[in-house]
Amino acid sequence: MSDHAKSSPLKMYFTIWGALLVGTFLTYEAAKVDLGVFNAAVALIIATTKALLVALFFMHLKGAGEKLLKLVVVSTIFFLILLLGLSMVDYSTRYFPGHLWS
Amino acid sequence: MAAHAESHNPALLHHFATEEQQRNSASFGMWIFLATEVMFFGGLFCAYLIYRRLYFGDFAAASKSIDALLGGTNTAVLICSSLTVVLAVWAAATARRTLLLSSLVVTMLLGCVFLGIKAKEYKDKFDEHHVPGATFSFEHEQVPNAPEGVYANPRHAEIFFALYFIMTGLHALHMIIGLGIFAWLLIMAWRGRFTPEYHTPIEIGGLYWHFVDIVWIYLFPLLYLIDRHA
Amino acid sequence: MSMATATVQPVEREDYLNKHYGVGSWLLTTDHKRIALLYLISITFFFFVGGFFALLMRLELLTPAGDLVQADTYNKLFSMHGMVMVFFFLIPSIPAVLGNFLVPMMIGAKDLAFPKINLLSWYLYIIGGVMMTHCILTGGVDTGWTFYTPFSTAFSNSKVIEAGLAIFINGFSSILTGLNFVVTIHRMRAPGMTWSRLPLFIWAHYATSIIQILGTPVVAITLVLVVAERALHLGIFDPKLGGDPLLFQHLFWFYSHPAVYIMILPSMGVVTEVIACFSRKRIFGYHFVAMSSVAIAVFGFLVWAHHMFVAGISVYAALVFSLLSYSVAVPSAVKVFNWTATLYKGSIHYDAPMLYAFGFLGLFTIGGLTGLFLAALGVDVHVTDTYFVIAHFHYIMVGGALMGYLGGLHFWWPKISGRLYPEGWARLAALIVFIGFNLTFFPQFVLGYLGMPRRYYDYSHMPEFQVLNVLSTAGSTILGIGYLLPMIYFLWSMRYGKPAPDNPWNAAGLEWQTQSPPTTFNFVEEPVVTWEAYNYDEIDAGHKQEAPVVG
Repeated sequence: MSDHAKSSPLKMYFTIWGALLVGTFLTYEAAKVDLGVFNAAVALIIATTKALLVALFFMHLKGAGEKLLKLVVVSTIFFLILLLGLSMVDYSTRYFPGHLWS
Repeated sequence: MAAHAESHNPALLHHFATEEQQRNSASFGMWIFLATEVMFFGGLFCAYLIYRRLYFGDFAAASKSIDALLGGTNTAVLICSSLTVVLAVWAAATARRTLLLSSLVVTMLLGCVFLGIKAKEYKDKFDEHHVPGATFSFEHEQVPNAPEGVYANPRHAEIFFALYFIMTGLHALHMIIGLGIFAWLLIMAWRGRFTPEYHTPIEIGGLYWHFVDIVWIYLFPLLYLIDRHA
Repeated sequence: MSMATATVQPVEREDYLNKHYGVGSWLLTTDHKRIALLYLISITFFFFVGGFFALLMRLELLTPAGDLVQADTYNKLFSMHGMVMVFFFLIPSIPAVLGNFLVPMMIGAKDLAFPKINLLSWYLYIIGGVMMTHCILTGGVDTGWTFYTPFSTAFSNSKVIEAGLAIFINGFSSILTGLNFVVTIHRMRAPGMTWSRLPLFIWAHYATSIIQILGTPVVAITLVLVVAERALHLGIFDPKLGGDPLLFQHLFWFYSHPAVYIMILPSMGVVTEVIACFSRKRIFGYHFVAMSSVAIAVFGFLVWAHHMFVAGISVYAALVFSLLSYSVAVPSAVKVFNWTATLYKGSIHYDAPMLYAFGFLGLFTIGGLTGLFLAALGVDVHVTDTYFVIAHFHYIMVGGALMGYLGGLHFWWPKISGRLYPEGWARLAALIVFIGFNLTFFPQFVLGYLGMPRRYYDYSHMPEFQVLNVLSTAGSTILGIGYLLPMIYFLWSMRYGKPAPDNPWNAAGLEWQTQSPPTTFNFVEEPVVTWEAYNYDEIDAGHKQEAPVVG
């Protein structure tokens, strides 16, 4: 962790902290608005943004010298999406409409 | 074994050539461990995703019965604790002992607040007979945003609560482990073991804590805010 | 015919074996080589436990009637045979024994990145192993190694929770090993050891570690869910609640299919090293072989539902997974072609390790091809849950992975123990294993095709299957003898074997530049690598007359 600018990391940390709190508030409020199918998408987009802020700035992923750590994160997310996505290939094509047992 | 006459930081382990190699390895190792944790929780998120899609109305009704304000507060608590964690790391890197110690203490306090709120939530669920098992009961709960008189299927709601307890329970377990790690870091910091050249344990302990925060960032909207609009 | 570089060592040199004595120096060691030996002893124990269950099963199947054990007992036998062999033998085998021993040495490092975590991973294995042994001794588990719900969560009367927890703990052993390897390979290569100069054994273990890291946690959480449902009635697989038993299968196979690549990839790494050495040739298509290891690891995660074709998944999902399953065969085939091309115009030597490698080539190919048959939906509908499937995966796991393990043990034995094993006996054992294996498992392809179901202890409604079953059991006896022989002569060699030279095979690779057995920190000074991998033409340029045969 470079210490070439002692005060600017602090400013950045507090800014991110503020953004995270705002994001939380937004998530809460957005859930109260009827966006139809997009409620879930909005919630997840905000959550993902918050997660990225934590990962990039608090976990110092952004400043990491080589690409290796970012590769680890991207690969992991890729395999997680694989798990979710390929399972859904089964569940979304199984019954019309999607109900197991009522 | 070849003799190494040069003096080096006593924290440098024998099988590493340089401190930088050691630090990079520790950090890399922790990131890989976090990757395993993502997949560990990922299985639960997979189960949740599938059942939420299948039983959306029932899940929405069940979600309505857990307290979103408490959940949101907990989210804010964890976000604040992540801030104190980065402050602790920065304090260690810039030899600010007081800030280091106080940041570690505040982080742990915030973790305890989180667990306390969680305990209250669990107690509420216990009182309302929403704990899966023999005592479970979820009759006549209106499905949100559905016509009047459409009630949630209690059996599907029971699946929601099973997932709720398992996911938040596992998360809470990770918090408790995090508290243990930070207690150890606090002791080491108190003893003056960390310097600007060597504070790797705080960095990687911090990574773990941030990960626990990120899991909650996803758990909150998925569990508490399924179909809350009026 | 012995090595010209053989030296007699009148004074006992200090090495990792004799540096410290006492049980404590072993149980608290952080030396990757000692930990490898701790694993060797532990997994050999479980190999014989699993083998014992197999023997009982084959004895039962000698006659069509169920007359040796009861049905419930037979269910326990095949379940515990599978759990022990998969989780406590095959998955750790090569990575934890040969990988632990060789990875640091092959890259020119003093140890793995995290030696204490390495020791922790062995202790986790032991804790899981003790729990599993206790479970076996106090009643066992009968759900099949696959733990399918709702039988495992609601109906089985056996020790599901204990077995599940044992495997859960054991899984972390696997995860930590993989984590250690990845960090080590990235961070601790000696100067000049670029990615393109790494032995392909390292590439294979790197790919294996990726699977261990990303896949194992999913089966871990799945087992937690089974235990939670059984113990706490937190049911998410329970059909009475609207739960889907197939969800368990999705989560379970998401790991357990890549797990089979955990079991085979390291073995492929061994085979690559052995074929290069005993053909005295550079591996054909180094980069293709390296990339195919990574491709197998990645593609292996895309195919899991081919274990569920008849379980109730949608036909469209079945189509997708069938197509993906065909794709995963491609990188494996690439390896087989490259090994074959390496042999072409090579100077072949038929030492025991090479005999095992040849066995691997043929048997893995058969196993892999029959996997393609199973990936075809139409065929799978007929042979699923029959002995055809059993034969398929035993060809890969036993004909492939286990043969690679044995070949690797022989190849590196001089390095590990400082002794030479008796070559004549080793070749005989390899031959016995090959014959016994084929006699055991080839009839099972026929049995499965003809319709004999798996996991049945009684086939008296199909008595015509007895002949093939008798052949299979006879083969298993021969196979057992073949496995006992190395145990005996390896132990024998530790006391009475000829002291090994540092490089008895004149092999390429940094591990052969160390002492046999190595010192605790492997290298006297940090090696600097300036040569390509498998530089056998350079090595042999100075040794034209010699044949690297160890007697």
